[in-house]
Amino acid sequence: MSKKKSKEYEGHTIVPVRCEGFRGVSQSLGHHLANDAIRDWVFDKLDGTKRPEFESTPYDVTIIGDYNIGGDAWSSRILLEEIGLRVIAQWSGDGTIAELENTPKAKLNLIHCYRSMNYISRHMEEKYGIPWVEYNFFGPTKIAASLREIASHFDDKIKANAEAVIAKYQPLVDAVIAKYRPRLLDKTVMLYVGGLRPRHVIGAYEDLGMKVVGTGYEFGHNDDYQRTTHYIGDATLIYDDVTGYEFEKFVEKIQPDLIGSGIKEKYVFQKMGVPFRQMHSWDYSGPYHGYDGFAIFARDMDMAISSPVWKLAKAPWKAAA
Amino acid sequence: MPQSADKVIDHELLFREPEYQKIFADKKANFEFNHSDARVAEIRDWTKSKDYKDKNFAREALTVNPAKACQPLGAVYVANGFAKTLSFVHGSQGCVAYYRSHFSRHFKEPTSCVSSSMTEDAAVFGGLNNMVDGLANAYNLYKPEMIAVSTTCMAEVIGDDLNAFIKTSKEKGSVPAEFDVPFAHTPAFVGSHVTGYDNALLGVLQHFWDGKSKTTEPLVRVPDESINFIGGFDGFVVGNMKEVKRIFELFGAKVNVICDPSEVWNTPTDGEFRMYEGGTTKAEVEAALHAKATIVFQEYCCEKTAKYLAEKGQEVVVLNAPVGVAGTDRFIMAISRLTGKPVPAALERERGQLVDAMADSQAHLHGKRYALYGDPDQMLGYSEFLLELGAEPAHVLATNGGEDWANKVQALFDSSPYGANCKVYPKRDLWHMRSLLHTEPVDFLIGNTYGKYLERDCGVPLIRLVFPIFDRHHYHRFPTWGYNGALWLLTMLLDEFFETLDANTIVPGKTDYSYDIIR
Repeated sequence: MSKKKSKEYEGHTIVPVRCEGFRGVSQSLGHHLANDAIRDWVFDKLDGTKRPEFESTPYDVTIIGDYNIGGDAWSSRILLEEIGLRVIAQWSGDGTIAELENTPKAKLNLIHCYRSMNYISRHMEEKYGIPWVEYNFFGPTKIAASLREIASHFDDKIKANAEAVIAKYQPLVDAVIAKYRPRLLDKTVMLYVGGLRPRHVIGAYEDLGMKVVGTGYEFGHNDDYQRTTHYIGDATLIYDDVTGYEFEKFVEKIQPDLIGSGIKEKYVFQKMGVPFRQMHSWDYSGPYHGYDGFAIFARDMDMAISSPVWKLAKAPWKAAA
Repeated sequence: MPQSADKVIDHELLFREPEYQKIFADKKANFEFNHSDARVAEIRDWTKSKDYKDKNFAREALTVNPAKACQPLGAVYVANGFAKTLSFVHGSQGCVAYYRSHFSRHFKEPTSCVSSSMTEDAAVFGGLNNMVDGLANAYNLYKPEMIAVSTTCMAEVIGDDLNAFIKTSKEKGSVPAEFDVPFAHTPAFVGSHVTGYDNALLGVLQHFWDGKSKTTEPLVRVPDESINFIGGFDGFVVGNMKEVKRIFELFGAKVNVICDPSEVWNTPTDGEFRMYEGGTTKAEVEAALHAKATIVFQEYCCEKTAKYLAEKGQEVVVLNAPVGVAGTDRFIMAISRLTGKPVPAALERERGQLVDAMADSQAHLHGKRYALYGDPDQMLGYSEFLLELGAEPAHVLATNGGEDWANKVQALFDSSPYGANCKVYPKRDLWHMRSLLHTEPVDFLIGNTYGKYLERDCGVPLIRLVFPIFDRHHYHRFPTWGYNGALWLLTMLLDEFFETLDANTIVPGKTDYSYDIIR
């Protein structure tokens, strides 16, 4: 049907995704199916002669698996461009069909959310020989490590640029940490989110002197948990696909200073008097990626924990009793 | 470098900085391969034309931005209105995530609801095992006193039989035999959330009144003097239920609110999460059978329920979300007639205060044209109030409103000189509304948060008086019903009017010659 209709409408790309809500254990299958759909209905239908004006360079990369929450992809893109790379496509936040079609021309695919887009990246590696590298743009420690890792795939000019960019942002990083670290030092965090965040954001908390004492995935696979072990200490509680009941019990036991999870959890824990940030939507804030985003991340975590409202939860006559 | 630790800027301002603006321009110029700006503008302008509107209204096989939600959303709302009741949706899990997120984004409150989490095997073999395990888990983990079951598309397509499944689950010991599990089939592909409200509420009433699926004797009605009140699906329920109860208290009359989620969506932050709070108790549901009459505040939320109540021998007073002066008068007089008590002086005074406020402000709203969309009853109520203010409800649209509803709206238009240039649009969507706003512009739009896109696209100021409201906080805490509710509605209409006027006269030395300080 998509084929037929595409002919009828001047060859416009039509991508059918069969993603019945009841299939699979979680939304994760939907990611896989959508990846496959792009493979079958965009890549396999590519007309190589379509855009002769596109000139490749040795520095062409893509951002894969960034949904541009609060502008995350943009505060990532700025760093990649600053080190001298050319971002020829964004997947899928602020992406376009043209950018999807540009992607097989990339020299290196950069993956932020491994969980949702590793499939298409592996496919491009096999079919077009494009290598891919995972990166993490949450918090200065991981950003610097990621910029160096990305640069290591290119020439000395890019490597030097990466160092220059890291140095350029160091004063901002120092100022952010000087301002917020004393307020957040040793505060504990529990996370329960999806995709890459249960592990990717840990470094950013640590940069602020905070400690992630529990984390878990809504739809993680084995490889996510393997990757998580690189991020956490021995005593961190890990939970998979927790129910509301389980999460509540964990929180009661561990008594974290901050919880990062979603809208369905937010008000439950706030009622319990626990500071909370939505870590899917950045609680309608962001971006949190990149150096520009780290400042916002630090500000937001501080405003959640330091809000005067939590001290008001107990009535004074109750507190006295 | 735009960012600084001293003054952290976020998504609102960060991307307006030149560094980011350059990125956007380069991305567009080099990688997006879009049509030219001129071509995009040309098509955009065409979609605002009369020619496009005609095509748009001839559309048959496609709905774009429907102004309605699905049945199970209404069913979850209903389950939340009963005491210590857990909402249980038989179907796949993602659907339940939607209902919970949707309500939590509107009320800024937790919304508890469980799913039987059906997957591929259930699609093939049916969802009986999911029901058996799901009920057992829900009962043991969350200790409800009642579990109200509804369904998603999946269970309905397969044809799962809730009555039989619940019976089997009880036989297998999921929940005790006498445990109350009312149920309703709520196929999401039929009707809308108001249909789901109706079905779920009927399910609860039938369960308690008709012998709990043949496990007990049906209750025998012994008419008494009490009055039932059923509000219907209402995004302002937290404020409205309080107001309705206060009105009945002023009458000194006992009201039995059937389905009241106003407390579970209004719990305090004091260190404790209350999964259950308030709501109609089982005893109240049973007692409601004996009521002399039931006031159904929103007809289209209760079509089957109203019929059922009448069959039980109750007088059923069916209203269409009446608001404003005359609308509230009808509601108040119905209470007065049913209770045999005179209208309390306090209410008469509130009425006078409302009329006073309208008299003070009517000049600003007189002749203003409004477009509004939302649920059928609410549209009738709001339209009547606008007509009372001398304003014109020019375009009244309900995706879930049928011909019968449209006739009622037309009759309302015909009853007022201000309705002469107004038109009703049943079964239309927000893409139709867009064409209307471009080809026949109005002064203001009344809708929900999704109207924001219309506001930007069509340049018409939006007044948020329809569920869901995600981008403003706490509106749901204020009543829209009763004379007090009308005051709030009036204030909302006026606020938007004044904000718009202020914005239009804001340039110093150029447009600030109006009566800027006193309006």
